[in-house]
Formats: sequence, C-alpha cells, structure tokens
Amino acid sequence: MLNTYDFPEFDYVQSDEQVSGTAARHSVVIVGAGPMGLTAALDFAARGLKVVVLDDNNTVSVGSRAVCYAKRPLEIWDRLGVAQKMLDKGIEWKLGRVFFRDQEVYQFDLLPEDGHKIPAFINLQQYYLEEYMVEACNQHPSIDLRWKHKVVSLNQHDDHVELAVETPDGIFQMEAEWLLACDGANSDTRRMVGADFTGHFFQDRFLIADIVMKADFPTERWFWFDPDFHRGQSALLHKQSDDVWRLDFQLGWDCDPEVEKRPENIIPRVKAMIGEDVDFELEWASVYQFACRRIDDFRFGRVLFAGDAAHQVSPFGARGANTGVQDIDNLSWKLAAVIRGEAPVALLDTYNTERAFAADDNLMNSTRSTDFITPKNSASKRFRNAVLDLAKKAKFAQPLVNSGRLSTPTPYVDSPLNTDDAGDWAGQMRPGTCAADAPISKGGKPGWLLEELSDGFSLLALGVDVVPVDAGVFTPKLLSLGKDFEDDEGLISQRYDASEGALYLIRPDQHIAARWRSFDAGAVKAAISKATGGPNK
Amino acid sequence: MSLILTPNIESPDDFYEVLTEAQREMTDEQANDMNARLVLILANQIGSLSRLKEAVALSQ
Repeated sequence: MLNTYDFPEFDYVQSDEQVSGTAARHSVVIVGAGPMGLTAALDFAARGLKVVVLDDNNTVSVGSRAVCYAKRPLEIWDRLGVAQKMLDKGIEWKLGRVFFRDQEVYQFDLLPEDGHKIPAFINLQQYYLEEYMVEACNQHPSIDLRWKHKVVSLNQHDDHVELAVETPDGIFQMEAEWLLACDGANSDTRRMVGADFTGHFFQDRFLIADIVMKADFPTERWFWFDPDFHRGQSALLHKQSDDVWRLDFQLGWDCDPEVEKRPENIIPRVKAMIGEDVDFELEWASVYQFACRRIDDFRFGRVLFAGDAAHQVSPFGARGANTGVQDIDNLSWKLAAVIRGEAPVALLDTYNTERAFAADDNLMNSTRSTDFITPKNSASKRFRNAVLDLAKKAKFAQPLVNSGRLSTPTPYVDSPLNTDDAGDWAGQMRPGTCAADAPISKGGKPGWLLEELSDGFSLLALGVDVVPVDAGVFTPKLLSLGKDFEDDEGLISQRYDASEGALYLIRPDQHIAARWRSFDAGAVKAAISKATGGPNK
Repeated sequence: MSLILTPNIESPDDFYEVLTEAQREMTDEQANDMNARLVLILANQIGSLSRLKEAVALSQ
C-alpha cells in the first residue's frame, strides 16, 4: 500500500527517576499521548501545571481514525496555539450530499454563520493533528512526554496514585497527585480502577479504506443509503489532506473482517463507488465495530477519565474526538484550581456532572444516527426508506434523514456552576453555553472576541458600566465594549442580546457562568463563587 | 393542544374508500411501504411532538 505520510519515531529516554529508583511525586500524570492526552498536556501546561505524559508507543496514530474536526475543538486548540497548522493543512468543507440507491435525495449546507474566526468543520488525518501537538508539547518546558512508558498497575491513596510503569529498561514506580486517563476506548486504566463501561454494542462492521486519488470530486461529504454499488448497506466518501479520501463501507455482521480487508476485495468495491476509470491507490484498510457506551463516573478518586476512555460513540456525526477535546477544556481549569488549592476538590465532581451530561447527549445523537443508518428490524427499515423516498419529493422529510448529526457543543444547561438568569433574554447564549465568537476591532485593528477572553474568568460588559471586581485568584478580566474593543459589525450585540445592555461572566473554559442587565459587584462575586465550588480565595 | 379524539375527518366513508382503493391492487409489501410514507406525511401535518407522542401511544 502507498504511504503519503512518514511516521515519526519519537525517542525513548529513560527517566531520571527510573535510573535513581526513587519514586517522584508529580502533580499530574497523563496516560496516553493521543489527541486527548496531548491536548490535556498543552492545556494543563498553559494553566501553569507541570505534566508528565506516558505513552506505550513512540509514534503518532497509525491508520485512518478521526477525520472531522468541528469548530469548538478547533477554538480550544486555537486557545492553546496549535490550531493554525491544523487549519492550514486541513480541508474545509460545508456541503453534504445524501444518496438513496443511485439517486441524490438531498444536499445540506452546514451554512456556517459568518463572523467566526474558526470554520464549521475541517477534515484532517489524525496523525497530522497529533504531530502538530507533539511538536508544541516538545517546545513547552512544563511538559515531559515519555514514550514507551506503559502503566502496568495503579494503587489509589488518599492524596496520590501510585503507578508501576514499564519501559524497555524494566518496571519502575511513579506517583501522581492526579492521574488523567486518555488511553482510549480499550483503556487499561479504566480496568485497573474497576469502572463500569456500559452501553450498546452494535452488531455491525464497517470497512475503512483510505485511497489516494487526484480525481476532481468536490470537497463534500457524500453519504449513500443502500447504494447500487453496495446493496443493502451504507457508504461514505470524504476528502482529507494530501489527496487522501476516506471511504467507509458498512459490511453487516456476517462478514469476515480478515477477508474484507484484502486489497483484492476492497478494490472492486472502491471502483464501483468512484468509477471504473478513476485512478487511485489504496493507502489504508481496516475493519471496525463500534459501540455506544460511557464510564459510570468520570472521576474515580484521584483518577480522571477523558475522551474515548470515558465514552465511545458511533462514528456518525464526528462526535468522538470532538467531544473528547471538550472534556479537556472543561477539566483543565478546574484541576489547576484544585491543585493550587484555590478551589475545593468537589469542583472536580462538576467535571463529571457537566461532561457526563455532554456524553449522554452525544450518545443519544449517535445512537439515533446508527438506528437510522442500520435499522434494527424490517419496520424501522420501512420507515427509513419511506423518509428517503419522500425526501426526494418533499422538503418536510429532509430533516428526518439522519446520516449523522454533526458534532456541536452540548450546553451545560443544568450545571450547578451556572447562576440562573433573571429576566428575558433572546438568542443562543445562556448560562452553560460556550461563548460565541464574533469579529471585533481594537485601536482600528481587526480581531476576534474569543482571543480577548482571559485564561481565567472574564467579565464582558456590553453597554453596562462596570468597575473592577476583586474575587481573589478568580478576579475577572474586564472587557468593556467601547473601551477595550469595538463591535463594528454589531454581531456581538446581536449574539449576546445586548441592545439593552448586557454583562456576561465567562469561565476560564469560555462558557457562560452568569449574565445580567446591570452591574452589581456582589452578584458577580457570588456567581464566581458558585462557578468555582466555594467562597472566593 | 392535545390529540383530537372526537370525529374530525370530513366525510369518513369517502376517506376510507380513498385509502382502500389506493391499496386495492398492491401487495402487502407495497401497501406497507405506502403506509409508512403516509404516516410520515400525516405526522408532518400534526407537527407537535407531544401530540405525536399521544398518537403513538394510542396506536400501541
């Protein structure tokens, strides 16, 4: 098979603590240097923590895995300074076409709202994403990436976790005040703490084939239900970088994965899909089965879980990696505050409250997509086909077509960290949503609202007079419209319903904690206390 | 507003005839396919989720 990508090999280095044989206590140890572990390392380091990342391998993700990255995770990576490379290398897309048999049923445009720094979606091979983050981690003095380090056992204590770690030089002991497990769907850490990981396994298999072709297919997402070239199943075609195209073929349960993976069986399928006379080369093929399930608690004592180690969804809707990055976004500021003694340990329980809520939302959406794509009985299949039939003729049926509901952030609507709204508000913003971006200008220079937000709390004053509020370590950065920035296009006023004046308290993870129509220092302080799990330090 | 459970179909016998006539020449398979499409078309007329839930419950 062809290779468009040269996999880097990272050096294994024996650590000083393994050489000396004396267990060192680290404030945070991350298990797994995949997209979540690397994001966590960058975010923790950005918040002033020293981190050690352990990975049992020494390269980036091999094969075709995560493909689509949504706006919100890209905004998080932008905050961490690694998004630009991803955006430069990635493929931007916004149009999707849905086919039933050999006919186009309808097309959808993601219709991204103008006036955001980050696009709605990009496609990029996972190995590039990891490569860029490894580079950024290597440049950060607070991040210690350790390759070929495998955690073989762990023991929880009241104030730390004891780890046995295996390297090419044998097994040694480490200690961590906090351990973050980002070791994927088959997480060993999860087994070691005895967590439940329950949900549905779907009796279905999918073939992934990455092909390299120069054909002038448009940069769109094409999804087929029951196509003539692959009867009774579904198929997906999506473009990645370097003229690599990702193809997914549903195989059904009765197939033999080993047989399906053979090039002589894949090539005729691909030809049937893209056309007999289109030149292509096969780059990767694998067969996967998926599950929709989640861990019963994202926190077990001093061990925290994020990404696929905490939840696994079907691939429809790109809800795996995208939601995992938002786990990290939610956790990092809380963990930093707890480690520094600025917030009570109980703040970490809201990591579970908020992200388990988001995981359930993702599971619900991806289960619904799966049930539409692979109906479980003949009645469901009849309805599915009826929807597809009607969607061709009547617009009303189009919203029922579900080839994956693309990942969007789940607002923490019932979070205990929110301060309830008073009065009437219009628009999308509300306590628990992530702050919408919008263009601004500063001294005549264009910029973006999200770039102005603090790494801590921010107090965004839109036509409301404010004075600085002292909330100790959580003292918010004041951002006043007309003083610190201008809203030339009026989009901030519109997105934040600020025509009558509005004041927003925004958390370190850029989520709305509270909002008011007028300023009251006491109310702001109380909302900060509420959002940080206790009285201001 | 809840589901209408009092007679509301204009000219019931005419409606029933339209329904049976439409399926007179159909196989079960074809008629079931048609019924599925018809459910969706009628569901769109109702629109309201709570009323659709009521209708599903009533039909179970």
